[in-house]
Amino acid sequence: MSGNRTIRVDTLARVEGEGALEIKLTGDRVRDVKLRIYEPPRLFEAFLKGRHFSEVSDIVARICGICPIAYQMSAVHAIERAFGVEIDPAVRLLRRLFYCGEWIESHALHVFLLHAPDFLGYEDSIAMARDHRALVERGLRLKKIGNRIITLLGGREIHPISAAVGGFHKAPSKNDLRDLEPDLQWAVEASVETVKLTAGFEFPDFEQDYLCVALSHPDEYPFNEGHLISNHGLKIDAAQYEDLFVEHQVKHSNALHSMLRGSGSYFVGPLARFNLNFDKLTPLARQAAVDAHLAPPVKNPFRSIVVRAVEMVFGFEEALRIVREYQPPAKPRASVTPRKASGHAITEAPRGILYHRYALNEDGLVTEAKIVPPTSQNQKRIEDDLREFAAQVASWPLDEATRKCEQAIRNYDPCISCATHFLRLKIERE
Amino acid sequence: MSSKKKPVIGVFKFASCDGCQLSLLDAEDELLAVAGAVEIAYFPEASRAMRGGPYDIALVEGSITTHHDAERIQDVRRKSKTLITIGACATSGGIQALRNWKDVGDFVRMVYPSPQFISTLKLSTPIAEHVPVDFELRGCPINKYQLIELITATLAGRKPNIPAYSVCIECKRKGNVCVAVAQGTPCLGPVTQAGCGALCPSYDRGCYGCYGPMESSNTRSLSAQFRILGENDPQICRAFRGFNAWAWQFRKASEESERA
Repeated sequence: MSGNRTIRVDTLARVEGEGALEIKLTGDRVRDVKLRIYEPPRLFEAFLKGRHFSEVSDIVARICGICPIAYQMSAVHAIERAFGVEIDPAVRLLRRLFYCGEWIESHALHVFLLHAPDFLGYEDSIAMARDHRALVERGLRLKKIGNRIITLLGGREIHPISAAVGGFHKAPSKNDLRDLEPDLQWAVEASVETVKLTAGFEFPDFEQDYLCVALSHPDEYPFNEGHLISNHGLKIDAAQYEDLFVEHQVKHSNALHSMLRGSGSYFVGPLARFNLNFDKLTPLARQAAVDAHLAPPVKNPFRSIVVRAVEMVFGFEEALRIVREYQPPAKPRASVTPRKASGHAITEAPRGILYHRYALNEDGLVTEAKIVPPTSQNQKRIEDDLREFAAQVASWPLDEATRKCEQAIRNYDPCISCATHFLRLKIERE
Repeated sequence: MSSKKKPVIGVFKFASCDGCQLSLLDAEDELLAVAGAVEIAYFPEASRAMRGGPYDIALVEGSITTHHDAERIQDVRRKSKTLITIGACATSGGIQALRNWKDVGDFVRMVYPSPQFISTLKLSTPIAEHVPVDFELRGCPINKYQLIELITATLAGRKPNIPAYSVCIECKRKGNVCVAVAQGTPCLGPVTQAGCGALCPSYDRGCYGCYGPMESSNTRSLSAQFRILGENDPQICRAFRGFNAWAWQFRKASEESERA
């Protein structure tokens, strides 16, 4: 095929937020790829200045309705580090449980409602439900259990209200958590089934040598703690993040692109976590991955849907362990004394590492804030994938090629509301 | 045949976090039933199929912060029989309305190294400042059950059962001990519209006003009470400058504390 062609998606669907993509082709050669984030800037880092540390976790939650807990967790850990606050071990467990809930609801939303329709050939999950009712119902039930964990700890599933510097405003009782057990037991099995199901989908033949970046903890699959590592030997503390990772602005996007100095684009999120922390997965999650012939390093981004399902198994197993072990903390939150200091934290949001840094003064007011969300870190990597992948589908009929490129974007479960702006897909052929 | 036609719904996003439209997908038990009763013609977060209007109901999330969005909301209004705003951003300008008291240029320069690429308006404004709105659903985020009630009532042509009283009433109904009276915790409950189920007081903290001002809120009296509890004016100002800072009652209260 030769001649000019334009594939354009002005509003990318089944992602969170607003974006578009533009790919220019000459023959089968990809001339240019632009992921355009046009979600309007909301300027959080600016209006956090002057706010009290106790307000920060409520404010930053509003960056994203899908992963508010990630923002709350990075914020409270960064501020605790600045003020030298030690948290109770029971609070630490509760925070892991809180994060399990968020990974589960976010992954279930993406696997069943946003990404599966690509593999099964539907425009959306509602249409998919007409032919696959049981599948969609299972997905909704798994998602609901994730939300139930969040609601129990935080009062509501979106912008929960209990997270605080030092711990929680209120800690649940042992019985509150015990009530979750039957649901969690069902969900472990249902999510193992989901791994099997998604592993049976058809995946394009496409592999990339990713520079994977994720947290790593000596004993556990990472949520809130650990070093930042890569498959190329990186091992740093959160405090060194800005020395090595740089953000730069491109004209076509309202989200800043992140790069690792000397290496360029890198990959964060479930696939990177899985590749770097496979041995820390809970037993059934690891077994489900093995049974699905999913061995690290997974290099095909289209298989990220299977990895998300594996992380759901992990989330439910971990949640089950926590609700069984839990003993309420003596106090729901440690006392906090402000001081003039800076604190950094990286936690693992459902979509990958989320970096926060705050400078605070002796009154506990924020003097500077810096936030680097996962999708802005993946943005350059998504463009790199598309540059390679578009060449593979360039000769396909226009609508098929477009659909497939959209699917390639959805591999990343991009959250444009977080990254601030998003995508427009346009393939031009000359 | 036309009498059996399903009502057509569109979901539109402006400057926001996506959380309010997510509430629809978070109604796990009701989602498939709702989707069966209506035709969801435009909902990019959930579907690749996007059909132009007209729409019987437009659900609008987010505030207006760009020239492009100021034009787009006009188009949404023209195509929609009933326009409902969902959440604090659409109803009062949202947390991003904190720019309204500052120089937005300074804000952009703080976040972006090349501010000339960024196009944004000086103010973040609610939808009703741009087009007539038929119903404003409060909350940051909205309550999904109120959303379903609102859609159901709109389709049935009846008044939705969404109370306009304060969070205090919800606390009393739940049997909560008042955090302000018993613990001296500053609480916006007396001036904030109900709808959340008095969540924050139920979790041992003061309400932070995410459902916005109730109908007849006496913010001046509450500010005086905050002073008795030991809060200073900057603290009172910040309390009203939250997720509904640009709602006029809260705006008035925060500006009074600045002048005090």
